[in-house]
Amino acid sequence: MSIDEFLSSLTDSTNNRPDHLLQYLYEIQYQYSCIPLQAVKILAEKLSLTEAHIKGVIGFYSFLHDLPRGTYDILFSDSITDHMLGSRELMASLCSKLGVTPGQPRKDGRVTVDFTSCTGMCDQGPAMLINGWTVTRLDQNSIESIARLIESGVDIKQWPEEFFQVEDNIQRRDILLSDDSSKGDALRSLIDKGNDAMLEQIEASGLRGRGGAGFKTGMKWRLCKQAEADQHYVVCNADEGEPGTFKDRVLLDSYADQVFEGMTLCAGVIGASKGYLYLRGEYRYLRAPLKQVLQQRREAGLLGTNILGKDGLDFDIEIHMGAGAYICGEESSLIESLEGKRGIPRIRPPFPVTQGYQNKPTVVNNVETFMAAALIAIHGADWFRSVGTEQSTGTKLLSISGDCEKPGIYEYPFGVSIQDILQDCGANNSQAVQVAGAAGVAIPAGEFGRSIAFEDISTGGSFMVFNQDRDLLDMVQNFAHFFLHESCGFCTPCRVGSSLMKDLVDKVCAGHAGEYDLGEIRNIGMLMRASSHCGLGTTAPSSMLDTLEKFPHIYQARLGDAGYEPAFDLDAALQDARDISGRDDAGAHIGTKS
Amino acid sequence: MSGNKTFKLDGKTIAFEDGDTIMDAALRSGEYIPHLCHNPEFTPHGSCRVCVVDIDGRQVSACTQPAMENIEVDNSSDEIISDRRALLQMLFVEGNHVCPGCEKSGACQLQAVAYYTNMLSPHFTHFFPQRSVDASHADTVIDFNRCILCELCVRASRDVDHKNVFAIDGRSINSRLVINSASGKLGDSSFAATDKAAHVCPVGAILPKHQGYDKPIGERLYDRQPISVVGDVAAHEQDEEL
Repeated sequence: MSIDEFLSSLTDSTNNRPDHLLQYLYEIQYQYSCIPLQAVKILAEKLSLTEAHIKGVIGFYSFLHDLPRGTYDILFSDSITDHMLGSRELMASLCSKLGVTPGQPRKDGRVTVDFTSCTGMCDQGPAMLINGWTVTRLDQNSIESIARLIESGVDIKQWPEEFFQVEDNIQRRDILLSDDSSKGDALRSLIDKGNDAMLEQIEASGLRGRGGAGFKTGMKWRLCKQAEADQHYVVCNADEGEPGTFKDRVLLDSYADQVFEGMTLCAGVIGASKGYLYLRGEYRYLRAPLKQVLQQRREAGLLGTNILGKDGLDFDIEIHMGAGAYICGEESSLIESLEGKRGIPRIRPPFPVTQGYQNKPTVVNNVETFMAAALIAIHGADWFRSVGTEQSTGTKLLSISGDCEKPGIYEYPFGVSIQDILQDCGANNSQAVQVAGAAGVAIPAGEFGRSIAFEDISTGGSFMVFNQDRDLLDMVQNFAHFFLHESCGFCTPCRVGSSLMKDLVDKVCAGHAGEYDLGEIRNIGMLMRASSHCGLGTTAPSSMLDTLEKFPHIYQARLGDAGYEPAFDLDAALQDARDISGRDDAGAHIGTKS
Repeated sequence: MSGNKTFKLDGKTIAFEDGDTIMDAALRSGEYIPHLCHNPEFTPHGSCRVCVVDIDGRQVSACTQPAMENIEVDNSSDEIISDRRALLQMLFVEGNHVCPGCEKSGACQLQAVAYYTNMLSPHFTHFFPQRSVDASHADTVIDFNRCILCELCVRASRDVDHKNVFAIDGRSINSRLVINSASGKLGDSSFAATDKAAHVCPVGAILPKHQGYDKPIGERLYDRQPISVVGDVAAHEQDEEL
C-alpha cells in the first residue's frame, strides 16, 4: 500500500477531521516507524492544517518522530521502581549485545533503544515497550532472547507470548473489586429512578474524583448538566501517567464494562450523546480488547440509540490514544490532545464543565471514578458511604510497588493508615513511602500513622515503597529528570525551572553542590509552585522541597567541602580538547574532585 | 455597562466591567502590571507569568484572571517583585540575550521590565542554547536567540493576518518557534513586513531590516522614561520615538 492509500484509508473513514490529527499520526508512526514528511504534506492538505502545525504536534508527543526509529523500537520504562529492579543494567546489557547507542537508531536501521517515562508496570517490572507493545518482568534471560530475536529479524507477532503477559495482580479487594453486578444494572437503575434522582444519589454518596484532586463528582456532573449547549461530552481520563500508578490498567483490563457503564450513566444524567476514552499510548495492548467490549455493549443494547429501549437515551464511546505526554493527564491538556493538538493546558476559567471538548460542556473523570459511580447507581449512596471516612467516602485503589514482598493492586477503605498498608504488602524496614507519584509527597517512617484520605494524604493511587538501603536522592533525581522531560514548555517557571532544577539536583548527586545550591533548589521550587500555569508546574518541585525538609540528611551526605562550587565544570569543558588530542592522562585534566 | 463594580489593586480602587481580566481593568485605569506575553489586542495567553499578582495568598496571572468584585490584588509586595525578577532572569538565561549587542536595546520590553523590577544580574546559570538567525526574508530578520516564546507573532499571524506563518514545535525546554514553509525559512513563507506579526514582538527577535540603529541609543523608547509610563513597545510601533 502506498503512503497515499494508507492515509486515505485512515482519514476518509473519519471524514478528514482535524481533531483526529493525533489519532492519524499515532497510526502512521507505527506503520512507518516515523511520520514521513510526505505524510505531513498529505495530512496538511486533507485536514486544512499547516505543515508547521502538524510538525509541532509531532514534536510535542514522545512517541511520534519525524526521523525513522529502528524497525524494533525499544523504550525502557524509566520509573524509579524499574531502576530499583535493575532496568538500567538490563538496558546497558541489551545495548551492548546489539551494539546500540541509547537514543540513536543502529546504523542498519534495525533497532533503537531508549528510555520512556513510567509505563505503568511497576508491579511487574522492569518493563519496556517494543513498537508500543508492553513487555514485563525483564531479566537477563529475556534480554538475551530479545537480542537474538532482533538479530534474526523475527516479526514481533511471532515472539513468545509470555513476554507480553500483563497480570492484574489484585492483592486486596473491597467494594469495587468484589463487584458482581451484571452488565446494564446501573443503567436499569438510571432508567428506573430518572436522571434527577440519580444525580442526587451520586451527590449523596459523597463520591470525589479518584485522579487525586478530589473534586466532588456529583457537583461536577450538575455543573455540566446545567451548562446550556447543543451538545455535552463525557470523557474518561485513562492517561494514567503518574509514575507508580497502574490501577486504571487493571480496571480497563478486567472491569471495562463497569467503567463504560459509569460513562453511560454520566451521559444519561448530563444529557451527552458522545463520549471518549482517552487511553495513554503506553497501554496500546488494551485498545483492541476495549474496542471489543464496546462492540459487545453495542450489540447488547447498552450503547447506541435508545439504550435498553429507553427513548432518547443515546450514547456511544470512542477510544482516543495518547502518544507519550504526562501533561495530558491534566484535564484541559487532555481535551486539547483529544482535539488533536499539542497538549498545552488551557487557561482556567472557563472550566471543562462549561467549555470543554470542542468548547462544549464536558465531564472529565478518572477511570476509577466512573466505575464507582456505576456501582453507586446500583447499590445506593448509603452503601457507598458506609465505607471510608466522612469526608472521603468509599474506597481507593492503590498501586503498590517498590520494596515490598507483594506489589500490586490494593483496594482499601479511605482512612487506612500507611502502617497497615505496609504490613499488608510485606514491606519491612521501610525508610519512606512516596505517595501520589513524582508529583506527590515523601512520607517518612515517623509519619506512617497518617492515612490515605482527601483530608490527610490524597493520592491518585501511586504508592512506592523505599527501604532503608535506598538512597532517596536517586528518587529525587529520577523525578527531576522526569519533570524536565514532561514539562509542556508553555510557561516560564516550569519550562526553565524544571531545567534549572534538574541541573541542580544532578550537581548534588555528583557531589559538587554546597549549601548555596540547596537554597537555590528551594527558591526555584517555591517559585515554580507559586507561579506555574498548571498543576504539573506547581507539583514538579514537590519531591525536592519535600525531601529537603523531611530528609535533609540525604542532601547533606552528598554536599561538597566548599560552600559554593560553580555550575560550570571546567574539566568537563576540556573533553572536546581531550577527544581531539587523544589524551586522557592526568595532565589533560584540571584538578576537580576525584 | 455595569460601571460600579470595583476591586482593589495595591489599595487603589479599580473599576471593571463584566468580562474584564485584572489586567484589562488595570490598564484602563492607567495602572501598570508588568507583562511580556500580553498585548491587549490579542486573546490572553498567560505563559510568561511576569504579570503574576497575589490574591488571598494565591498567585495568578493578571492577564488571564477574571476581575471579581471586592478582591484585593497585590501587585507590588516584595515577594511578587522578587518572583517576577526571578522569572525575568529565567527568560534571560534561557535564550541568548546580549543587550549591548542587540539593536533592540532601549526599545525592548524584556529589558525594560527587567530594569523596572530592578534586575541587576541574570543570577541563574546561562543555558547558552545553539540557536540560529534567519535572514532569508528581504525585509525582516528573525533572531531566534532572543525569542521568549510569548507567541504574539503566532497569534497575530493566525488571528489577524490569517496566514499561520508561525507555530511552536518541541516540548519542555526544547520548545521553539518555527516557521511554516518548505525550508522552514521565513523567506519561503507567506510572511510580509506589513503583516501584524511583524509588529508585535516585544523583544528583538523579529526585526525590520535596513534600519538598525536609525535611532541612537539614549534616545530610544525606554531610555528616558520607564515602561510603567511608556507602555508596551507594540503600542509605539508607529511612533517616531522607537
